Amino acid sequence: MAQIHALRRVASLLLTPLEPEDVLGLVNPLASYRQLRGIVTQVTEETADSRTIHFRPGRGWNPHDAGQWARIGVEIDGVRHWRSYSLSAPEGADPAITVTAIGVVSTELVRRTKLGDILFLDVPQGDFVLPRHPRPLLMLTAGSGLTPVMSMVRTLIPRRPDADVVLIHSARTRVEALFHDELLELADQFPALTVKHWFTREGQGRRLDLTEVTDLETVCPDWRGRAAYACGPADFLDAAAALWESELAAEADDAAEALMIERFAPVLLPGAAGEGGLVTFEKSDKEVETPGDCSLLDAGEQAGVVMPSGCRMGICRSCLTPLVAGRVRDLRTGEVHGDEGELVQTCINAPAGPVHLDI
Amino acid sequence: MTTTAPPPQRTEARPRTPVLASTGHPAVRPPTAAHLSDEQVAQLGRELDAIRDRVLASRGAKDARYIRRVIKVQRSLELAGRVTLLFSRRKSALIAGTAMISIAKILENMEIGHNVLHGQWDWMRDPDIHSTTWEWDFVSPAQTWKHTHNDLHHTWTNVVGRDKDVGYDLLRMDEEQPWTPFALGNPLYNLVLMPFFEWGIALYDLELEAWRTGEKSSDELKRDLRLTAKKALHQFTKDYAATPLAAQLVSRSGRNALIGTFTANCIRNAWAHAVIFCGHFPDGVDTFTEEMIEGETRGDWYIRQMIGSGNISGSPLMHLMTGNLSHQIEHHCFPDLPSNRYAEVAPHVREICERYGLPYTTGPLPRQVFQAWAKVCRLAVPPQGLGPWLREELHARFGSGSPTRLPKRAVNAAPPTVRRGAAPLVAHVL
Repeated sequence: MAQIHALRRVASLLLTPLEPEDVLGLVNPLASYRQLRGIVTQVTEETADSRTIHFRPGRGWNPHDAGQWARIGVEIDGVRHWRSYSLSAPEGADPAITVTAIGVVSTELVRRTKLGDILFLDVPQGDFVLPRHPRPLLMLTAGSGLTPVMSMVRTLIPRRPDADVVLIHSARTRVEALFHDELLELADQFPALTVKHWFTREGQGRRLDLTEVTDLETVCPDWRGRAAYACGPADFLDAAAALWESELAAEADDAAEALMIERFAPVLLPGAAGEGGLVTFEKSDKEVETPGDCSLLDAGEQAGVVMPSGCRMGICRSCLTPLVAGRVRDLRTGEVHGDEGELVQTCINAPAGPVHLDI
Repeated sequence: MTTTAPPPQRTEARPRTPVLASTGHPAVRPPTAAHLSDEQVAQLGRELDAIRDRVLASRGAKDARYIRRVIKVQRSLELAGRVTLLFSRRKSALIAGTAMISIAKILENMEIGHNVLHGQWDWMRDPDIHSTTWEWDFVSPAQTWKHTHNDLHHTWTNVVGRDKDVGYDLLRMDEEQPWTPFALGNPLYNLVLMPFFEWGIALYDLELEAWRTGEKSSDELKRDLRLTAKKALHQFTKDYAATPLAAQLVSRSGRNALIGTFTANCIRNAWAHAVIFCGHFPDGVDTFTEEMIEGETRGDWYIRQMIGSGNISGSPLMHLMTGNLSHQIEHHCFPDLPSNRYAEVAPHVREICERYGLPYTTGPLPRQVFQAWAKVCRLAVPPQGLGPWLREELHARFGSGSPTRLPKRAVNAAPPTVRRGAAPLVAHVL
């Protein structure tokens, strides 16, 4: 290690202002000291609209815990876009994301990704992970919300015969259901897993009704005794949260502990936006007139500023940026706040008048 | 213990660039554009904005591939050149290595560094090719250069007294700059500046003049000095210590490697110097007074950039090696458009110039370089000519009995104007 360090120093002397990695990058695209990258090793078709993309990450990647997500950067027409995706591969395996073609970035990933492509990466994050101690579990997922749970199932089921997992997955139809056959096979092979598919548009199909307990009681009578994990669209999660709150508030001390939720989008307060303003990115020497419903993060990215970002929904705080002057409005609550020097979350704050950011 | 000063209190948005008037006209419109009405100037501004918008809307994967390819070629050349120099005992290796490093350095400074630092590629959002992270193979640190170049030069283009690039506080490059005996050295300074251009720019970027007049604080100067010293040390070590030492160890060719890196730096410096002097100093390129920018509108700003810059005509290879500064006019109108797109907007800009009766200065490199040098030499001489000045000087110093005689032709010319406050009193007769 010491020798490598010394060699690096010598190489730096000869290459400045470049770093040795810049030159190595000529032959190895994963060598970059500024940005973590991964090379696509396999692309699998899951459904007509979704693909699982396996990749081998470069140095600096941390192995993920089942259920975590990572930011993935994709280049679309020359411009870098970042989105967060749950990792669907089990713990210990090379990472993979399962993407459904909804939105510009996901569609690009699904339609264009091929073997050998380079993805830009950030390390895995998130606390939507398996409990530390064995407990009976209930997984409640809808649509692409299955991906983090799939990682948990793949991690837990083959290794822990004593596990007890019920997975209720809601999808529109059988052909649109992610990992349908694999789940059935796993359930077949391991008694630890019970899978209940719920199809909303097949036969007498209707949506899984979480506004009251009937559906849940039918599919999983002992749901009250299980630690629950839910992931899916916002209204699905809101209903689940409300149900757990009303049904289990008396029994569990903390309903939030009985039900873990993973969201894909921030919960914005309708009408929270107000007047926008001119946003100035001081170090980047850029300014952009920004409407009151546009986040500082989006404004910066549009102006070509390299903004730090993470979950893009106000949770992970990777986007914190010092405010130099001005006030910002939290799009989740409508609250106007901001003091000089305060670190603001750019992903869920919009300008409330002229704003200067130290980036 | 160090104490950090609290950040300056700011509560209002500050403009990043001087605010341009939305209507009207400057206090004085430059003579070259004096024939244009306010409405014509506004229309010209809109037409150039439209050109810019067209390119912005069509930037994409092709442009991204272009800059990445140039970077790849440049890095490969740099690496191959340096490795070749390790074996430069052989003359062929010395020549090949020096040539490769020279080209790599020119590409790095001109087409890559200069343009990346302008933010031309920021739209890609790639932190590896971004104006805020890029450091270039040049003594002047990116940060200080961006200030004097992007903020000062590009904002105040050719406004005598504001744009210090008019002569770099060293050369007398405009008639409006007062002549002093120091200017006699113009050609000599320029000759020395040429092979050591990067050191000249590094010194210039420290803005010692601004510090002396109090425009730049001592803290800022200290910070810039620290940055520059560190950068200069790295650059110097790489080319003049580490590479020769490595070559000495590998094949005992340290001396030749040193000759190679020194020559490569000189070649790059001379080239950059030539290209940059073609940008604003050849014949036909205007300079401006402060009244001409007072109340300047967007259209007037464009006009100043166009008539204050000069292009170099040539092949695509010439454009690449000049970092597309051969399209200086287009670069000054649109400093943050990707450089590979200047060639396609150039005919449109030229057509606009022709239609509005504005000059569009361009010419082959040798001619433009010659004109710039001619100006350097011409302006070394005092306005009244060298002979009269010498006589005045001798008279003032040694007080010979006969008073200065005006040249014959001045007798019937307009009455001599007298420069106030200057001793000895000199009649302007040119």
